[in-house]
Amino acid sequence: MYLIKKKRVLCPTIFLMDIVAPRVAKYCEPGQFIIVRIDELGERIPLTICDYNREEGTVTIVVQVIGASTTKMMAMEEGEYLHDFVGPLGCPSELVTDDIEETKKKKILFVAGGLGTAPVYPQVKWLHEHGIDADVIVGAKTKDLVILEDEMKAVSGNLYITTDDGSYGRHGMVTKVIDDLVAEGKTYDLCVSIGPMIMMKFCCLTTQKHNIPTIVSMNPIMVDGTGMCGACRLTVGDEVKFACIDGPEFDGHKVNFDEAMERMKLYRTEEGRAMLKLKEGDTHHGGCGFCGGDK
Amino acid sequence: MAEGMVRVPISEQEPLVRAKNFDEVCLGYTEEEAVLEAARCLNCKKPRCVEGCPVSINIPGFITALKEQNFKGAYDVISQSSALPAVCGRVCPQETQCEALCIKGIKGDAVSIGKLERYVADRAREEGVKPTVDAAPNGHKVAIVGSGPAGLTCAGDLARLGYDVTIFEALHEAGGVLTYGIPEFRLPKDKVVAAEVENVKSMGVKIETNVVIGKSVTIDELMEEEGFEAVFVGSGAGLPMFMKIPGENAKGVFSANEYLTRNNLMKAFRDDSDTPIFRPKKVAVVGGGNVAMDAARTALRLGAEVTIVYRRSEAELPARVEEVHHAKEEGIKFELLTNPVEILETEDHCVRGMKCVRMELGEPDASGRRRPVVIEGSEFELETDAVIMSLGTSPNPLIASTTKGLDTNKWKCIVADEANGQTSKEGVFAGGDAVTGAATVILAMGAGKAAAKGIDEYIKSKG
Repeated sequence: MYLIKKKRVLCPTIFLMDIVAPRVAKYCEPGQFIIVRIDELGERIPLTICDYNREEGTVTIVVQVIGASTTKMMAMEEGEYLHDFVGPLGCPSELVTDDIEETKKKKILFVAGGLGTAPVYPQVKWLHEHGIDADVIVGAKTKDLVILEDEMKAVSGNLYITTDDGSYGRHGMVTKVIDDLVAEGKTYDLCVSIGPMIMMKFCCLTTQKHNIPTIVSMNPIMVDGTGMCGACRLTVGDEVKFACIDGPEFDGHKVNFDEAMERMKLYRTEEGRAMLKLKEGDTHHGGCGFCGGDK
Repeated sequence: MAEGMVRVPISEQEPLVRAKNFDEVCLGYTEEEAVLEAARCLNCKKPRCVEGCPVSINIPGFITALKEQNFKGAYDVISQSSALPAVCGRVCPQETQCEALCIKGIKGDAVSIGKLERYVADRAREEGVKPTVDAAPNGHKVAIVGSGPAGLTCAGDLARLGYDVTIFEALHEAGGVLTYGIPEFRLPKDKVVAAEVENVKSMGVKIETNVVIGKSVTIDELMEEEGFEAVFVGSGAGLPMFMKIPGENAKGVFSANEYLTRNNLMKAFRDDSDTPIFRPKKVAVVGGGNVAMDAARTALRLGAEVTIVYRRSEAELPARVEEVHHAKEEGIKFELLTNPVEILETEDHCVRGMKCVRMELGEPDASGRRRPVVIEGSEFELETDAVIMSLGTSPNPLIASTTKGLDTNKWKCIVADEANGQTSKEGVFAGGDAVTGAATVILAMGAGKAAAKGIDEYIKSKG
């Protein structure tokens, strides 16, 4: 059992938790993920690590409410326990493993979309601690959904915030900000883009146009997270890769995003059903668009 | 046939009833039946059956106790050699091991050793009988990687010798393939697997779940920082193989590992589980091993019409005869001498069928089995909504790649001495699928047992 040491609600649908997990905290690096299970019959939910404190043995995760399990998790409070918390899984970000002197020569741009701000944060922080200040674009649908702004400001070079509806920061998608920055004369040697798949896809199309090599962090459907199930397979270039052991980070210009997005849809109906069961119990009688009228 | 030549028949759930539930297929012997079957054993002076047992259970010994209705005595005999008798009584291929060598089998039916083992283990559990440890703690710490059959056996044997044993398990539940792979209807999880894991724990073995060796901590760190004098690696064969044919990433193509893990470990068949599982009308399972049978029979129970597609003929099916027989009884169709060449997709990338070719058997290949050859112009479409690939697994490279000086062979299997499990690295032993590639529960247990002996000798030799 893993103690929830701290919980903070970042916006109505996103919350942060510090979990006591000394083994994970000791070895984890930016770019890796963990798998959490809330209770005995809970599903295994992969979440990218947002921060860690090796001395205190805690790992920070940021969660967005998207289904039944994450709704249950949001209802949990400090002092309660998660049933399972395993990691660190996947490979650390290449930025962490590459020669730091080479990295110092590069101008790096991070592009975070929505919840993707959370996994971008530890990478920017790690670079900052190693004397590198990277530029960061944070995109969100609207002002209320911008998360970790102060934290990010403290570790980034230039921080550009943009909202789809223009309610905060710049107005428009992250891709527009990339275009604008390039038009303003900025040059980048590397881009790291983390967010919803659709955003990473368009971010990659944009950086391809500007010849900026781009790393993305993939978050496909997963069960065990250790290479056993193969559910997380993706096409990267002409190879099939498992996100859990080969990734989660890949060359974004080679990832087949259309296939990856299709594969994400497989359980959408089932998840919708589970969500409705949780919210409405036996009172639901169809018509939701998820269940086909049979609950 | 003369009296005593035929084994006491065993009761099973009716095929059409069990095809709709996840309860155990085989109902086991009653006391009366077990004693009657035990009476068929000749108690041979040179028991050939024991030679056929990878963990060398004193088979005539436990059957003799059973004949005398000394059920606890029978259990004590078995548990001297096996930590998992209720598991082995259910999933061991006895027909090719102990029972294949039974003298009774020459002129009639071999003694039903597996079913008797199951009876003894089940009865012990119902009566609360636990394995006993006589040795005093010796203070030496040993780490076991993986809580599957190899790891549990190695841990049990070392605990019996007085070692301080900790098992590290990557998943949230102990048991390895017994938990995630073999379905409930063949091997009940709470009743049998969890109970036998508890028995191993009752011998003093600690199990730490949610620790991925190679990620959460390495073997070198376990030995250098956490004080473990020896490590046994029984991490299994993890990575599922695919066919590398077009359409394999369509929605509705799964590895058997994924499908079975969702159902068995995550309990997706239960209404109260949060984990979803795909439940289409038609399912094709590609492969002919025990895992393919398990996946097919699981899909059937989840409401699908199921076809097994296998490229060789019935005689070459690697699955146990009993499993094939059960699958057929339950209404699973077999498309033998058939091989998929492409998975066909709908416009929105869901599986709609498989393009297959018919095969014929040619000359024997390296494995000694006749090589299947494509029949020209035999292409046809098989309609299906999902495909489960059950083509075997390859070892997970995680441990070998994070442990200094641990050698692997060209199949990425860890190299270990068969006699004692010793690897190329001092103090590190290995066994089970991580060494052999995908094999059986009992062979993994045999390797765990050999390694326990090897570890004991190694630690004693250090003084």
